Amino acid sequence: MVNKEELLRLLYLMVKVRRVEECLVDIFSQGKIPGFIHVGIGQEAVSAGVCSCLRERDVVFTTHRGHGQALAKGIDLNRFMAEIYGRRDGFCKGKAGSMHIASREAGVAGSNGIVGGGLPIAVGNAFAAQYRNEDRVTVCFFGDGASNEGTFHESLNLAALWNLPVVFCCENNGWAQFTPQKVYMKLQNISKRAESYGMIGVTVDGDDVLMVREEAEKAVERAIRGMGPTLLECKTHRWLGHYVGDPQKYRTTEEVEEVRKFDPIIRFQKYLLENKHVDRQYLDGLEAGIKMEIEEALAFAENSPIAPAEELFTDVYA
Amino acid sequence: MRETRYIRAIAEALHEEMARDEDVFVVGEDVGGPGGAFSATKGLMEAYGERRVRDTPISESAIIGLAIGAAAEGLRPVAEVMFADFLTVCMDQLVNQMAKTRYMFGGMYTLPVVVRAPGGAGLNAGPQHSQSLEAWFAHVPGLKVVSPATPYDAKGLLKSSIRDDNPVIFLEHKALYGSKGEIPDEEYLVPLGKADVKRIGKDVTVVAASRMVHEALDAAKDLSKDGIEAEVIDLRTITPLDRETIFTSVEKTSRLVVAHEAVKAFGIGAEISAMVTEEMLDHLDAPVLRVGAPFVPVPFNLERYYLPNARDIAAAVRRVMEY
Repeated sequence: MVNKEELLRLLYLMVKVRRVEECLVDIFSQGKIPGFIHVGIGQEAVSAGVCSCLRERDVVFTTHRGHGQALAKGIDLNRFMAEIYGRRDGFCKGKAGSMHIASREAGVAGSNGIVGGGLPIAVGNAFAAQYRNEDRVTVCFFGDGASNEGTFHESLNLAALWNLPVVFCCENNGWAQFTPQKVYMKLQNISKRAESYGMIGVTVDGDDVLMVREEAEKAVERAIRGMGPTLLECKTHRWLGHYVGDPQKYRTTEEVEEVRKFDPIIRFQKYLLENKHVDRQYLDGLEAGIKMEIEEALAFAENSPIAPAEELFTDVYA
Repeated sequence: MRETRYIRAIAEALHEEMARDEDVFVVGEDVGGPGGAFSATKGLMEAYGERRVRDTPISESAIIGLAIGAAAEGLRPVAEVMFADFLTVCMDQLVNQMAKTRYMFGGMYTLPVVVRAPGGAGLNAGPQHSQSLEAWFAHVPGLKVVSPATPYDAKGLLKSSIRDDNPVIFLEHKALYGSKGEIPDEEYLVPLGKADVKRIGKDVTVVAASRMVHEALDAAKDLSKDGIEAEVIDLRTITPLDRETIFTSVEKTSRLVVAHEAVKAFGIGAEISAMVTEEMLDHLDAPVLRVGAPFVPVPFNLERYYLPNARDIAAAVRRVMEY
């Protein structure tokens, strides 16, 4: 059972992720951030539900759509923002940007620009924990699209075989870039594949943060107790395009509007209000606090210098 | 000093480094119970057990990913990929992940990974089991590429690679596995990034790597009969390339031939030739010539026409001596 403090924490994480990503869309559209970014607006319950049951020493591997996963794991917002701006005070000195953000302190191993690329590395991270008998869990986030990469098969097989302390969390938003799930796979539930590797597979409503949290807790518990990996599929909805600015010509207007009905934040707020855990005033206060956090982070990022040209040559080799 | 085979030199390096450092582990297909497809890991399972000698499924991407993830946490994996050709099966993990992790994350990670893989032709293993792919990896910033020619260098370089804090692609030559050479009884290391002058000469420099070093030495012996003294440089490490040793030699000889077993086109010979031409054209008395394989896959049945050899190297040397 999730206590009140934890319920409020879940709400905070979800709202924070949403508002940060809305802000990123905004500043990207204003041309303040170079490159391209991928946001997961509508998918916040997955990051919050899973990461909220992890300890600081547990490690997450995130995806190209991984802002929420990193933020929910507790990455510092100021340095996160500076990284996205490509500035020197970012976690990776600005060399990573939105797509490769990482923070060892926060247990965010790094997001990957290659679909499915992080899966075997997460297995290696869990292997290191097992090798050294460390009490920690590795969570590897990936999308539904990645479940058709060869690395998915190789990684799940090996992790199950060696009983590694890892949770494979499939954040299934129904879209592999511009292609819907029914076009690229016959199965509806990706978790069904778990059985073929000899591991437990679970599918949950990924827009219900308490359901995600409950199943994530069980999966983490199994990993900690040496009962091996779990494939946890969280079915959610991607509200926006593959990248910010994607005109989404491959989706109907109705569908784009329809998915907003699944809003995990409104749903959770309703639950909290109905059960008198919070009132409207609390929600307003939460929003105001997050707004201040974001403003501070933006100021921090914008005041951080771009790395000098010499930085081009550092960190190629140790 | 004692005589040993190249493959045993590899095995000795693994044994010694595993004994020295608990963080070193070996992972790959058939490396444990079977002792490796070419028996490089023979005896490791008995000595260090299942925890540190890991037999894997036939999953090259998982092997390399595992090594990356473990190395980022401070372990020192030595991954074996059974044939260098199979490195192409896990190119994403090698090139997009392993090579870029440190840079991409702003120096957050150190990746002491060694990927051992036997390459080269000469065993009639056919087009998918005989390639020399060093140039592919030498082209990727973030990787080091090592390619020993002798048992002495194989052992010393492998030990240095395991102790190095960077990802190293360690390309052994399977046709050299049975070759013999002297190695010291006491422990020694061969530094990465340092070429070795295997023969001193004044008339022409021959830069070679891996098995071509032996062909170059044979060619040099032959040329010596005609009064041509070739200096033979064994690169040992492809990247970081030891430019100084090459420059110093070419300053002395003013002539350069580069020999490698990989196809000549777009190979390391092209890089070395361009580098020397760019940096020291004034010292050159002749064009730089390359010796390499023709631009065809490695045939199962026609290897002897495919493989560059001492005769080809000697012919190239005679050509540069004409200027």
